[in-house]
Amino acid sequence: MATEHSRTAARLMVSPAVILLFLWMIVPLGMTIYFSFLRYNLLMPGMESWAGFDNYYYFITQPAFKSALVNTLLLVAGVLLITVFGGIALALLLDQPFRGQGIVRVMVIAPFFVMPTVSALVWKNMFMNPVNGIFAHISKSLGFQPFDFLSHAPLASIILIVAWSWLPFATLILLTALQSLDREQMEAAEMDGANWLNRFIYLTLPHLTRSITVVILIQTIFLLSVFAEILVTTNGGPGTASTNLPFLVYAQSLLNFDVGGGSAGGIIAVILANIVAVFLMRMIGKNLES
Amino acid sequence: MSRKSTPARQAVVTVAAWTVGFLIFFPILWIFILSFKTEGDAIRTPLGVLTSGWTFESYHEVQERSNYLLHFWNSVVLSVGSTILALVIAIPAAWAMAFVPGKRTKDLLMWMLSTKMMPAVGVLVPMYLLFRDFGLLDTRIGLVVVLTLINLPIVIWMLYTYFKEIPGEILEAARMDGANLRSEILYILTPMAVPGIASTLLLNIILAWNEAFWTLQLTTSNAAPLTQFIASYSSPEGLFYAKLSAASTMAIAPILILGWFSQKQLVRGLTFGAVK
Repeated sequence: MATEHSRTAARLMVSPAVILLFLWMIVPLGMTIYFSFLRYNLLMPGMESWAGFDNYYYFITQPAFKSALVNTLLLVAGVLLITVFGGIALALLLDQPFRGQGIVRVMVIAPFFVMPTVSALVWKNMFMNPVNGIFAHISKSLGFQPFDFLSHAPLASIILIVAWSWLPFATLILLTALQSLDREQMEAAEMDGANWLNRFIYLTLPHLTRSITVVILIQTIFLLSVFAEILVTTNGGPGTASTNLPFLVYAQSLLNFDVGGGSAGGIIAVILANIVAVFLMRMIGKNLES
Repeated sequence: MSRKSTPARQAVVTVAAWTVGFLIFFPILWIFILSFKTEGDAIRTPLGVLTSGWTFESYHEVQERSNYLLHFWNSVVLSVGSTILALVIAIPAAWAMAFVPGKRTKDLLMWMLSTKMMPAVGVLVPMYLLFRDFGLLDTRIGLVVVLTLINLPIVIWMLYTYFKEIPGEILEAARMDGANLRSEILYILTPMAVPGIASTLLLNIILAWNEAFWTLQLTTSNAAPLTQFIASYSSPEGLFYAKLSAASTMAIAPILILGWFSQKQLVRGLTFGAVK
């Protein structure tokens, strides 16, 4: 029932947001693309020159790139495995009636609200520290040598820290989905003699599929850009053992001042993220139609 | 899964759920406890920590030896400032898309969302250089703008899903009664939209408060929010467990409380309405 008048008004109301987002998307990204083709080092101002695909070539062929790519994928996969399986288990548990449901729910959600630098430092110092950390105290009291998590298993430790932050997210979304499950159908299946496992496989899991997909896609978008946790725990090390793609780009452009190389790395990160984004957008787009 | 819940079964579930809940919450509880210990007591065995005395010393020291209040204030300014700015831009846009949808509204929404998919690191270099050239490094204004832009798509989406739920017939009835656009927004839409706007505000403050890429890259001291301030404990200072705990407790407490209030909105906001 929109009139011509209200259409014009609507256009005016949308335009500030559109213009701002358009600029935000096009200006810095355009600059990154431009820089990625330049030989450009902040330590040598005025020496910029055209480099063609050299930056991409050097970025991809450096040994750190391969390990950064592998680390990025391991980090995403590791956290996803823990949070999706853990999230399903937790959601099933919290969906049962029990005393103090509200309080437990609040405790489980809490880690999501802890800022990344805090969670990383708390795990690094209070838990994983080989001298004073709780894990060290526990292993000493059991008669084992304390394990230096961040030196000997840096990536696994970071996966653990990040998974702790994201487990609440997966749990909360899967729990919300679980609560919209048709109870009558469930009871009917139970009366017909379907056991727990069958009910889970044929009723619960299909009902959760959509939410699980959403959890995986959204987390992947965020997990591809994990940065703060690495910066404050291992600084990408030892060596490049815990360097992921964002951290490599940061190190190359702001620590080594290689703007051209860093930009090329940034564009590679954008391409990687876009592959995931295409799937996520399709999911959400479908939902918009229904 | 079973709806039949025998007392024995309920007892098992209760114990299991509380145990898991406690384990997940434990790191937060632990820094809360350590924040009331002296540095000496904070590095003792867990049992030693629990049996030692309690003190406010660390809180005093964090206040005195660092500019804690400045960083706290920066976090408040950045998160609240960027949220309000985003709302000012997003409310008209979401309103227009929800109530005067055109042929391309869906595409527009999807495009806005797609800007959120760009990894921050992809534009790190130009943003850093632009900030440097415009003298915006380590300023609050620069960071407010960046935080507004990165959260704008989520804000528009959340508002859109809320506005969509307001029945359009009400607006048409108002129009029949001769209400113009201004009074339509002021007297009919606003009261109905307030809960949705409030949830959006809350979620966005949380996201901006915890943002830890741009705040770490673009600030050093003057404009540094708590994310950056806590990161400064990653070096030797990390060994001061009690002070780190006190600073962390103060950094996460306000947002933890806000977060508990916004559990439900969290799901909707973070899944862009895909799960409600």
